[in-house]
Parts: sequence; structure tokens; C-alpha cells
Amino acid sequence: MSNVFIAFQRTEESRCIVEAVLEDNPHAIANEQPAMVKIDAEGSLTIKRATIEEKLGRSFDLQEMQIYLITLTGHIDETDDEFTLSWD
Amino acid sequence: MQIDLRTVSIKPLRQTFDNVAKYVGPDKAASRYLEGTIGIQPEDNFHYRPLWDPEHEIFDASRTAITMKDWNAYRDPRQFYYGTYTLARAKMQETAESDFDFVEERGLAANYPTEQRKLALEVLIPLRHVEWGGNMNNTFITSYGYLSAITQPCLYAAMDHLGMAQYLTRVGLLLDGPACLDVAKADWMEGAAWQELRRYVEDTFVVKDWFELFVAQNLALDGLLYPLIYQHFDNALAAKAGPTVSMLLRFQAEWFTEVSKWVDACIKIAVAENPANKALLSGWFTAWRDRAQVALAPVAAKALGENAESVMSEIVEQLNRRAAKLGLSL
Repeated sequence: MSNVFIAFQRTEESRCIVEAVLEDNPHAIANEQPAMVKIDAEGSLTIKRATIEEKLGRSFDLQEMQIYLITLTGHIDETDDEFTLSWD
Repeated sequence: MQIDLRTVSIKPLRQTFDNVAKYVGPDKAASRYLEGTIGIQPEDNFHYRPLWDPEHEIFDASRTAITMKDWNAYRDPRQFYYGTYTLARAKMQETAESDFDFVEERGLAANYPTEQRKLALEVLIPLRHVEWGGNMNNTFITSYGYLSAITQPCLYAAMDHLGMAQYLTRVGLLLDGPACLDVAKADWMEGAAWQELRRYVEDTFVVKDWFELFVAQNLALDGLLYPLIYQHFDNALAAKAGPTVSMLLRFQAEWFTEVSKWVDACIKIAVAENPANKALLSGWFTAWRDRAQVALAPVAAKALGENAESVMSEIVEQLNRRAAKLGLSL
């Protein structure tokens, strides 16, 4: 199975996003670089709005994620509540 | 000439302040919220006791009967520190301003039906004084409370109450004029419908235990007043005269939903700490809830007419359910 990844700029907000993603995807590995965090995961990666909201302490629109997004790979399946990357 | 670009990764020796690392672990980056919350208030090495209260240190955990092993345990689920708080409020304020502008530009206030206008002014404008009470009480908690984990959001709540008093004033100015403020003040001081509520607010001014005050103001009074006015009264007005006034009250309605999360989190932590806290808080809650119910009944009757009783029992039940979820015994 191949990997998907997503990379964010490192900011106060994206720190909460990364924390949420790692909690929801135990198989994901965060690779911290200067000013950037890249999250690799085998097969698929799901980003959940509810978890991010809990970490951030406010309501969050998944599209806000685009502000911190650097790059990603995989096919995207996006709803209001979840953002999933996968190869199928 | 050839230039090689490369990134050098410098691993910081420590991720955050030691007093914060104690709570999040040494290798994790702490949020700005925690860095701006934990360890802000001094806890040790006070030289002199205040002349006005020699039984206590200047910051003293024993000013409330509630006990905690660690007063830093409180967390604001909204994660408000100065930066996030002002950003969140600026956003809400921007919406509120454009709502007021909209109502003004379209002349919606001028065309508002007379009967509902009179009712809205009679019910809403005296509430400025209740908001001021909320400001006083939360400021009291901030000054006598222990550790910034709980006092910081109280100060924000205090400022919010002041802001909401100003929004109510502006509703009055928009629907009527400066004279309505004096009428409302006279009503607040002498009007029969307001005396119970005024007694409640003024009695909370002399509550010495700041945690009891937290329950009386933020859980019992706000927990009944906000659903009554900004939900039920608002709906009743909108059903008869359209959503003009709802637009002007949006800030308060949104604020209540948001702030309830924080109030709930604080009560939950205090209740879970030990059985003595639970007993104390449950006692305070039932006592102040009953008083708030008495205080608001005449206001509800004025605002909702014949539906008042059913609405009051509905919102009391709602508050009871909320309290039960927090672990309070009713």
C-alpha cells in the first residue's frame, strides 16, 4: 500500500490541527521540519472537524485548513465534517 | 560562484516555560493559551498581608469554601487568552455592528410596530442594570478568586457584560431615544416587575465567597435569564413583528451559547474534585436557582404574558438538566 501525506505550515492554529490529525490517525507519522510539519500515513488519512474544534476551542470550517496547507498527495474526499486522503 | 541553500534544523532546548511544562510534559509544545494562563498569578513569598483583610494573603485560596488540590486544573474550553479573546469578540462585534447598520439604513426601527416596540423597550432596557451587575460580580471574582486559570475568563466575562449593557443601550437609542434610558432606570428602581430581580442582583453584590458568586451569577442567573430573554422573548417578538429586534440581540444570544461551555467546564472540574465541593456547589446552585426563578417570574410575565409560566418551567427544567450533567445533585 502506498503513502499519502499532507504538509502544514507551523503556526499556533496548525499545531492544533496536527495534534487532532495524529489523534484520529494512530498510524500517521508527523515529520517536524523548520516552519513545516509533514504528516505521512499509509493508505489513508482522515482529518475530522470535530476533533480540531475540540483542540482549538472554537468552531472550525475545514476549508480554513487551506490557509496553513502547503501540499498534499492522494485523492481527496471532502465533506463538511471530514477530509480524507487516500489512494484507491 | 555557487550558492548552496540548505535548511538547518535547530532543536530548541526547551519547548515552553518550566511551570507550563509541568502540565503538558517537557517535550511538547504548549499552546499560547496555557502559556498565558498558568503561573501568571503569584502564589508564594507574599511579604505583607493586606491591611483591609489581615486574615488572608493578598492572593489566597481560602477565600472560598471550595477546595482544590491544584487551582491550575481549571481550563477554558474556548482557550481564551488576551489575543484569542479579542479576536473572537472583534468578530462578533463586527457582525453586531453590521446588523445595527442594516436596521438603521433600511429604516427598520422606524417601521417597527408600536405595541412590540413598547414591550421591547420595557423588557430590554432595564436589563442594562442586570448586565452591569454581571460586570461587577465577575470583576469581584477576578479580584478575589485564586489563580488565573479561573480568574482570567471571569474578567473577560465581566467585559462582555459591560459590552452587552452597551448593546442594550443602543437598542434603546435606536428604537426610541435617550429618554427611554431614564424611563428604564426609574422602572428598574421602582417598577413592580423588576424589584425581585433587583433584589437578586443587589444581594449578589454582598456575597463574600467568590465561587458561590460564580454559581449565583454565571450559572443560576445567566442560565435562566438568557434563554428567557434572548430565546423565548426574542421569538415572541419576532413572531408578531418580524426579526428586527432579533438582529439587534444576536450578540447576546451567541455569547450565551459560547460562555456556557466555559461555565460548565469550571463547575464540572470543581464538582469532580471532591464530595465536599459537590455538596457545597449543589446547595448553592439549588438555592440561587430558586431565587432566580422567583426574581425572573414577574419579568417573564411582563415579557411573555400568558405563556410565562410554561416557559419558565421549561427553562428551569433545561437548567436542571444542564446542572445534572455537570454532576450537581438537585
